[in-house]
Amino acid sequence: MINLEPVTRPDAPLARRNPVAKLAAALLCSVILIATLDPVAPAIAIAFELALLPLFGVRLRVLARRAMPLLVSAVGILVTLVLFAAERSGRTLIEAGPILITSGVLITALGLVLRMFAVALPGVTVVATTDPTDLADALVQNAKLPARFAYGALAAFRLVPLLAQEWQMISMARRARGVDAGRNPLARLRLFGSTAFTLLVGAIRRGTRLAVAMDARGFDATTPRSMARRQHFGRADGLLIAGAAVLAGAALAVSVAVGAFRPLIG
Amino acid sequence: MSAVRLRGFGWRHAGRKRWAVRGLDLRIEHGERVLLLGASGAGKSTLLAALAGLLPEDSGEQEGTVEVDGRDPRAAREEVGLLFQDPETQLVMARCGDDVAFGPENRGLPAGQIWPRVDEALRRVGFRYGRDRSTAALSGGEQQRLALAGVLALRPSLLLLDEPTANLDPAGAALIRDAVAAALDADTSLLLVEHRLAEALPLVDRVVVLAPGGGVHADGTPQAVFAAHGEALAAEGVWVPGHPTPLRRAATAPGTELLAADELALPPRLARVSLTVRAGEALAVHGPNGAGKSTLALLLGGLLAPAAGRVTATAELAGGDARTPPHRWRAPALVGRIGSVFQDPEHQFVTTTVAEELALGPRRTGRTEAQVRATVDALLDRLRLTALAAANPYTLSGGEARRLSVATALATAPRLLVCDEPTFGQDRRTWRELVELFAELRDNGHGLVTVTHDREFIAALADRQVRLEHPRRVS
Repeated sequence: MINLEPVTRPDAPLARRNPVAKLAAALLCSVILIATLDPVAPAIAIAFELALLPLFGVRLRVLARRAMPLLVSAVGILVTLVLFAAERSGRTLIEAGPILITSGVLITALGLVLRMFAVALPGVTVVATTDPTDLADALVQNAKLPARFAYGALAAFRLVPLLAQEWQMISMARRARGVDAGRNPLARLRLFGSTAFTLLVGAIRRGTRLAVAMDARGFDATTPRSMARRQHFGRADGLLIAGAAVLAGAALAVSVAVGAFRPLIG
Repeated sequence: MSAVRLRGFGWRHAGRKRWAVRGLDLRIEHGERVLLLGASGAGKSTLLAALAGLLPEDSGEQEGTVEVDGRDPRAAREEVGLLFQDPETQLVMARCGDDVAFGPENRGLPAGQIWPRVDEALRRVGFRYGRDRSTAALSGGEQQRLALAGVLALRPSLLLLDEPTANLDPAGAALIRDAVAAALDADTSLLLVEHRLAEALPLVDRVVVLAPGGGVHADGTPQAVFAAHGEALAAEGVWVPGHPTPLRRAATAPGTELLAADELALPPRLARVSLTVRAGEALAVHGPNGAGKSTLALLLGGLLAPAAGRVTATAELAGGDARTPPHRWRAPALVGRIGSVFQDPEHQFVTTTVAEELALGPRRTGRTEAQVRATVDALLDRLRLTALAAANPYTLSGGEARRLSVATALATAPRLLVCDEPTFGQDRRTWRELVELFAELRDNGHGLVTVTHDREFIAALADRQVRLEHPRRVS
């Protein structure tokens, strides 16, 4: 199940900030940190990010659960890089049979994994602390995105959890028709394809019905839309974005100062 | 103030040969409450879409004129509100209040006026929860009630309801009927499409029947229309009050046991239940929404593994396979013994034509091509689908799709048939055909399990009943 509801304290000082401001701050952080390949800048950024989490009302345990796929893939990347990297520079740390781990390999791998976390953590935090409706409202009101896009996507997301139930139902219905794959991998692939196709057909029909129902309530009207819920973009929201830029910039500056900086390009 | 005028109105969807509706002359005065009847395919939904201004000029070909308040309906959109069948695809927002506010926002109503309007609309439909309630946490009936509030918040003077209770259980349907009754006032005209007249008649003062070939077949007060055309309408499939359906109880005692459920459970969907299914007997399972009726049907059909207890087939049903539970059987073996009919027929369609759909099961169970062809032809004929043999299953009407889904389950001649709400939303004609077909199967020694809300169906066919309770109430 996809769950986009906020699971944190919504009244925390930074969680209350405008969703567009939070999104912009996260994007800014990510873009700045992507610029370097060294482990120092992302390590500092992660330290900043973790320190700021309480201000977003995020409990670490909740975050760890959200970020579980990220943690698992991080371990995978680390192991793969350490074992199979082509360039084995630096001091030899461990040598056991075919396994050769050097300091250069370890630093590169660590840099990549830390970078992944430093870039992803702000995004995960924003998703965890933002109500989807508020985000759509703010995108329309503050980022001037078309309402048709923002609310259309919001309404479509409501139907996503249905897809999982639908998949199970279609699979059982196939079995009830005498269609199963048994142990044949090719038949299994074909069955997967045809189930996915049925799911897609159903999803498109539902989406079309939803679109017609929305238009019947004037969504396609040419008169300017009014807003029942206001999203304010105040000074604090601007400061959040500026703060994110300053922190990410500081992390980068430290990395340059200690000579660890390795630019992505050049 | 809104009056409807149709003069020789017709509409043909782009790319279709047939006119969806044609030669229609109709006047509906301000404040009238009209029930619109007609066989499936008579163009009721197209007419509602036209009145709601939802047929763009480039999406088909128009004949004659249609006017709401003397204007093209596409220019009179703010006068008209339209409620559809399926609540799931009408709700837009995550919170109830936001959803009702969606329409007024689209119309550009000043923010200060929106929330009072939302509260008023929620009050008019008797909504029991606050604005912040999550729309996902509502039952189907409550969701449809909320969707009605969303329509009423726009204060339409013409309210169009397209089978608003067809997807709801009896309790949900009653919620909507009460909400519509409470919401109607002297300033609102109503045009309602509904098969179940018992639900609809308290709401209307005029009945219009569309003729299948085009034009109006009958028009007048409910009493006058049903006195003159009741018999013919009932034969066409309309649920006319005072035309009871025949009873088809078993003439002989049930035969041997086919399947037994022993302390079967799948929490939190289904609490413990034990029952036996016999040959030559129609067993009806009923109970409130959320009691796990559909789950029980899937368990008995060998499609789902139970968390506790077991389903045991007898040697009579499964021969040497009786020692393994049905959910472990290979699919081709399963369909030769137990046929399942799902609530939504479209879930079960696998191929691209009606005839292929019927041939699939027999082919999977290893019949010869001649046997397959004979089975397909017999079923097409028996279920009035011969003319549709080459049609795509997804293009069928509700009644046709239902008949096809039952036919596909019968194609492999299973001894036991498990059906989930087979009569749901069906017109009277299809309903009677299904009862007749199930009765024949039962009388020929097949076992039949039906989970259903349909009290008339149970009264007409069931030889034995099992009532399920809500799992929370049991524990």
